[in-house]
Amino acid sequence: MAEIELRHIDKHFGPVHVIRDVNLTVKDREFVVFLGPSGCGKTTTLRAIAGLEEIDSGDILLDGKPIQNLSAADRDIAFVFQNYALYPHFTVYENLAFPLRAVGTSKDEVDRTVRSVGKSLGIGHMLNARPSSLSGGDMQRVAIGRALVRRPKALLLDEPIGSLDAKLRETMRVELKRLHFENGSTSIYVTHDQVEAMSLADRIVVMNEGVLQQVGTPTEVYLYPANLFVAQFIGSPIMNISATRISEADGTARIALDSASFELPRELLGMLQQKKAGTDLSLGVRPEGVLLSHDSRAGYQPAEAHIIQPFGSFDIVDLKLGEKTLRARTASGFVTKAGTQVWARIDPSQAHFFDTKSGASLDIRLARDEERSRDVPTPITRQNVEL
Amino acid sequence: MMTTLSPTSRAATRGWSDITIRNLFVIPTVAFLIIFNVFPLLYSLGFSFTDFRASSKDAANFVGLQNYADILADPVIWRSFATTLWYVIVSVSGQFVVGFGLALLLNRPIPGKGLLTTLLLLPMMLSPVVVGLFWKLIYDPSWGILNYALGLGKTAWLTDANLALYAVAITDIWMWSPFVMLLSLAGLSAVPKHLYEAASIDRASKLYTFFRVTLPLVAPILLIAVIFRTMEAFKTFDIAFVMTGQPQAELISSRLYKMAFAQWQTGPASALAYIVLIMVLCITNIYVKYLNKAKER
Repeated sequence: MAEIELRHIDKHFGPVHVIRDVNLTVKDREFVVFLGPSGCGKTTTLRAIAGLEEIDSGDILLDGKPIQNLSAADRDIAFVFQNYALYPHFTVYENLAFPLRAVGTSKDEVDRTVRSVGKSLGIGHMLNARPSSLSGGDMQRVAIGRALVRRPKALLLDEPIGSLDAKLRETMRVELKRLHFENGSTSIYVTHDQVEAMSLADRIVVMNEGVLQQVGTPTEVYLYPANLFVAQFIGSPIMNISATRISEADGTARIALDSASFELPRELLGMLQQKKAGTDLSLGVRPEGVLLSHDSRAGYQPAEAHIIQPFGSFDIVDLKLGEKTLRARTASGFVTKAGTQVWARIDPSQAHFFDTKSGASLDIRLARDEERSRDVPTPITRQNVEL
Repeated sequence: MMTTLSPTSRAATRGWSDITIRNLFVIPTVAFLIIFNVFPLLYSLGFSFTDFRASSKDAANFVGLQNYADILADPVIWRSFATTLWYVIVSVSGQFVVGFGLALLLNRPIPGKGLLTTLLLLPMMLSPVVVGLFWKLIYDPSWGILNYALGLGKTAWLTDANLALYAVAITDIWMWSPFVMLLSLAGLSAVPKHLYEAASIDRASKLYTFFRVTLPLVAPILLIAVIFRTMEAFKTFDIAFVMTGQPQAELISSRLYKMAFAQWQTGPASALAYIVLIMVLCITNIYVKYLNKAKER
């Protein structure tokens, strides 16, 4: 049982302001993922919670009690290091037993706990091995086991599977999810890999340059990015973003992308007016929000397929619209040859509008287009996002 | 017109192969080693089985293992061995405690750390004879600074049979602790910082971390320091020779020196030298065994 609360956390490394007024509450038993590019302050925040890094100002509360002045050892928070940090001179058994022995746990209890944790992580048969003889995945299992043996109030993980190969990462991801499900300890997980974040998190905290950009469930963060940074950081391939102008014609709103102009429902104009949007407007649309057709249809604009990247279950097609490129996600094999003429339109329900200057989302949500083409691939689901 | 040739191409034009060049570098060293090390070693092994005296014109007579038997039956030599062993224990453990302690103090970010380390290393850069001579002044019973500073009256450090050994050991500790410190410091700074972080996360106290994490990880390099210092302490001669002539506190190498050069018993002295050599080899072998065990981790 543990709730972690961060209040106005600030931290500098010399002249660099690494954490800027971070406020966050992680609820009991919640799995929160800090996501952001390298150097965004996510690891520093995590280390500050663990007590490995001091903060300049602010409060860190564990179950309502301030802990920012306690040493790491007194916080009862376990930490899994990116480089595992296993004790090289100890066997796996001794590594797992270390946190228990350090506080004088009885021999019988140490043995019982170590063996049960070893078994649940599938490392029961290698308890007598030394870390140097283990594979990366097994070392990580031991590191996680060492964090779990003491049944900590909270579990912090710093890119724990970042140095494993792709296949193993996938296995470990599922395993981490299972472990959280079984142990239910409040967990904070740091990663720069959005796939990990999306698949593991109850809530994702997107960070950049020491500032929280958005906090929300994976679906919220994916479907309703709060600003341009989040929009471009989450989602692969990256969201199409382009400066745009909006005008009214024939009872619809028309949105200009280079030479082409796409049709969007008329409500958009009113919404923009209501939000007092300026002229510096950016349109964001994910590749799956670009609908393609082989033949000319009402509302579709002609475009030329340029680069086609097959991913197996779907293809990513770069369309040329004058000077601009629009990236679309299509059913596998929808376009096979570069240079093919296709027709494209933008799904209004997947169009995002941002203020170019501030980067903030205007939070405009249009209704789903009724006439969605049958050529359009499967709608967005979590599964679809986890590529 | 000038043509420039690189050294290799010049050598190549003279027809020297890589092997020739390599041999040119190696042969002088090997020759010196054979003339000044290997040959005397074997020659003295021969002496150890004779009654040869370097001071006399008499031919050497082969006496078999008589020299070895005499030495091993001589209580004076056994006393010297016992004294030496005690001296090694006192001196090396003293150096270990002081050197490792200093290393622990220095193993943290402190201003002027580089300068401090260099200053602390000075004693081991001095000549042992010089060190011995000025410690003799420090120990002087009537006007030495030690008795004055500690208010010990006229304590005769170097002539008192019970104190002389310790007085020499203290000097040796002063001189060689920096060596242990240097190696320990290298070992301590090689312990990854994340292991200390892991230990603090694992709720280990400072003391627990020291004994369970730090010490096991620096053990191999500490053992190397101890091996070096044990071998050196075993053959301590210069410091003791210039500081004290106290026969009750006579170290084995002083005994050896007296036999070989004061009494000119070249044959028996050679035999004693071989006995010392074998002992040192035995002791270092024990350490090396532990070292390999520690390194396996």
